[in-house]
Amino acid sequence: MMEKIIFGRYLPSDSVVHQMDPRAKLLFIFAFVGIVFLANNVMTYALIGAFTFLIVFLSKVKLRFLIGGLKPVLLLVLFTFFLHVFFTKEGDILTQFGLLTIYKGGVIKGIFISLRFLLLILVTSLLTLTTPPISVTDGIESLFGPLKKIKVPVHELALMMSISLRFIPTLLDETDKIMKAQRARGADFSSGSISNRVKAIIPLLIPLFVSAFKRAEELAVAMEARGYKGGEGRTKYRILRWSMRDTMAMVFLVVLSAALFILRSY
Amino acid sequence: MDIKLREVEYRYAAGTPFERPAITDVSFHIPSGQYVAIIGHTGSGKSTVLQHLNVLLKPLKGEIEIGSHTIAAGRKEKNLKEIRRRVGIVFQFPEHQLFEETVEKDICFGPMNFGVAENDAKNRALEAVRLVGLPEDVLKKSPFDLSGGQMRRVAIAGVLAMKPDVLVLDEPTAGLDPSGRQDIMNMFTGLQKTNGLTCVLVTHSMEDAARYADKIVIMYKGSVHRIGTPRDIFRDTDSLTSVGLNVPETVRFQQSFEKRLGRPLDKVCLTPEELAAEIGKLRGEIS
Ligand SMILES: Nc1ncnc2c1ncn2[C@@H]1O[C@H](COP(=O)(O)OP(=O)(O)OP(=O)(O)O)[C@@H](O)[C@H]1O
Ligand SMILES: [Mg+2]
Repeated sequence: MMEKIIFGRYLPSDSVVHQMDPRAKLLFIFAFVGIVFLANNVMTYALIGAFTFLIVFLSKVKLRFLIGGLKPVLLLVLFTFFLHVFFTKEGDILTQFGLLTIYKGGVIKGIFISLRFLLLILVTSLLTLTTPPISVTDGIESLFGPLKKIKVPVHELALMMSISLRFIPTLLDETDKIMKAQRARGADFSSGSISNRVKAIIPLLIPLFVSAFKRAEELAVAMEARGYKGGEGRTKYRILRWSMRDTMAMVFLVVLSAALFILRSY
Repeated sequence: MDIKLREVEYRYAAGTPFERPAITDVSFHIPSGQYVAIIGHTGSGKSTVLQHLNVLLKPLKGEIEIGSHTIAAGRKEKNLKEIRRRVGIVFQFPEHQLFEETVEKDICFGPMNFGVAENDAKNRALEAVRLVGLPEDVLKKSPFDLSGGQMRRVAIAGVLAMKPDVLVLDEPTAGLDPSGRQDIMNMFTGLQKTNGLTCVLVTHSMEDAARYADKIVIMYKGSVHRIGTPRDIFRDTDSLTSVGLNVPETVRFQQSFEKRLGRPLDKVCLTPEELAAEIGKLRGEIS
């Protein structure tokens, strides 16, 4: 079950997207989050959707796998969808039953917002799927480097992030193991009433927390024992290289935003 | 309770890019009341096989017969709880499963999940704690205040208290002190001999496999390499070393002894005591 979750996992490959500079990918995502909000009609959504699928295609990550991994957030998307469908009162009335009136504007808005949501999740999942956690952090540290001048502990923050990213799969594996051990002792996580299910989680959560804290402590000791001292004067094994490919991606992004700007007023 | 595996295959993360084969075409029989040891190099699929024995994993191909239940690929099985009560698994590093406020509550968790009344479960907890060689006063302590070895024993007690018919052990003594290891291993054999418990043991200790098992299954790269009695298995030391396993110390000693003696002894000895007796027999002949 745990193996279906894709958020935070890295999927090694040699695609163009994998080879991009992590800084380019990060800038891209930051920009993308903004650009998605430019979309406001069928044309613009189609354009940005097509663009997203182009990136998925370039990344060589199988679409079926990506969509399978999106299932856990689908519930959230559906929730937003219905929220808009039921509470937006715009446009013509489509149907009416009881107190509930569904407007055309609501449905359209629901679809658009869900799409926006899905595209954002898709693109951010792609970042972690195509970039090793270490590179993500290197990228972040480098991008926010200037903030060191005003005493922001950029290196430490980046390290914290990379450690959490690094331990997502470990925690998932651990969850799977403890779940199996408790199932072997007769625990049932998947049936019974809601309150029983909530209770069933306790034998899972406590060992998980205990081992997470233990792991954190061991990691801290191990780092200290090896003389870790971040930031100042620390050299890097992996050097980030900005290439033509990355510049191209940025240019592409500018073109896309321009196109969206023009199309959104149609 | 008999367990039969027939051509069982399993892949982790099947259907995703992370898919990796774990075991293929695994067939063997665990007869009721016997002590079966599964040995093999690290990553050979031993733990994966064990998880099939109480249907924590379902085969992607092949089938498993557990008592009167048959688990086959692609078929829904309803009586999982019944199977899990009768097949108890002690996982690798079982101390990670402890979660209750007191040792007693933690040991009662299994039995009570299977419908044992609280008082009954408490009696079982007391019995189990004695079996694993802990003093009774640990029952009221928090499991997180215990040492690693004590936690391990509590975790084992938690499975024993379920009173399973088949006890499946995944390296239960790894990391324990030598005399503690022996106590625990002897306790398992005691239960097998007196209560008719079926034991399945995964171990990296060839000495333990030689001493305790009635039957040995060697796993190699996700498949069964050989099945046989300990004497069969440890007679053929070349086959053993070819899959990255050690030869038990007793057998190694016997081999170099035979070389000096110039002829083989009557049988392959599995324990130092057995070997001593065998060598003792020679004394009459030589003098
Ligand atoms: N949860 C999992 N997800 C993915 N792959 C796994 C998982 N558990 C085991 N594997 C893989 O399956 C194969 C068999 O693993 P298994 O744990 O059964 O080996 P093992 O014989 O028990 O080894 P060890 O002696 O080290 O415990 C290994 O290649 C391992 O990497
Ligand atoms: Mg194992």
